[in-house]
Amino acid sequence: MKGILGRKVGMTQLFDEQGNVVPVTVIQAGPCYVTQIKTKETDGYNAVQIGFEEVPERKLTRGELGHLKRANVPPLRHLQEIRLGDQEEPPWTLGQQIRADIFSEGERVDVIGRSKGRGFAGAVKRHGFRGGPKTHGQSDRWRAPGSRGAGTTPGHTFPGTKGPGRMGNKRVTVLNLEVVLVDPERNLLAVKGAVPGPRTGLVFIRSARKGPRKYKARG
Amino acid sequence: MTNALMNSLIPERNPNVPELEPGDTVRVHQRIREGRNERIQVFQGVVIAIRGGRTAGASYTVRRTGADGVGVERTFPLYSKTVEKVEVLRKAKVRRAKLYYLRERQGKAARLKERRVVKR
Repeated sequence: MKGILGRKVGMTQLFDEQGNVVPVTVIQAGPCYVTQIKTKETDGYNAVQIGFEEVPERKLTRGELGHLKRANVPPLRHLQEIRLGDQEEPPWTLGQQIRADIFSEGERVDVIGRSKGRGFAGAVKRHGFRGGPKTHGQSDRWRAPGSRGAGTTPGHTFPGTKGPGRMGNKRVTVLNLEVVLVDPERNLLAVKGAVPGPRTGLVFIRSARKGPRKYKARG
Repeated sequence: MTNALMNSLIPERNPNVPELEPGDTVRVHQRIREGRNERIQVFQGVVIAIRGGRTAGASYTVRRTGADGVGVERTFPLYSKTVEKVEVLRKAKVRRAKLYYLRERQGKAARLKERRVVKR
């Protein structure tokens, strides 16, 4: 398992060898540093912790600075742990710099980000409800959520019923995006398709965990 | 910074695709792959729209009148790799950026007045 932190730069399009247009999201990935290596013996499980984005020392607490000093890396704003299997060797050494070139073109990755916050959104936007009729004498019903359930029996709304509420600003994972472009010099990565969050949003990119969906043969 | 980064990813312009303007009559040479063969297909018509400005997704639309007076329009990405070259045959005097009004016109009404340009 390998991964890197980055910032979403924006979307654009590139051409593949056949001349087809490929929509891509450009990510400024790294440089990251390995800030800690956790082992089964000392921590109960295997993992590597990486950090991203250098900041002035005054931006961090003494505790954070001390933690980073052990790895002998510059002050970093974001830390991310990458869990490793029990038998898995850490892919990097402590303090090592990680660049975008840990991924290669054609590889599949998962991208994790925080989706754009939509505030308190109605049921039409949040859950794709259809809203009410727009004509036939209707008033104030065009984006209404409709019924929340039956009447006196059961006498309450069932937990989990879809309705209006806070939308977005949640952790979202997009699986199996293809890496279309790697620019090791500028630490740029372009993945096919969209990625959660606003431009400049923090994203975590890891090698695809599940792989492409396997379709069952139908009998 | 963001913009500079994004702009750096815009592909380099094919030197065989000159600056286009609406009203230009052009011949677009496109490579077409059919199975194992590759051939060049030429599409000749009038540029009726240019979209996308300086973005990577910029494109231009070419309209020609096909058999039986049927209008045929094709939109090519400006940075397409399959377009081998574009020849500008004629430039015309036009007063708007999008020549969509040509769609409603036929024959004589669809003519454009030629604009002579001094070759550089």
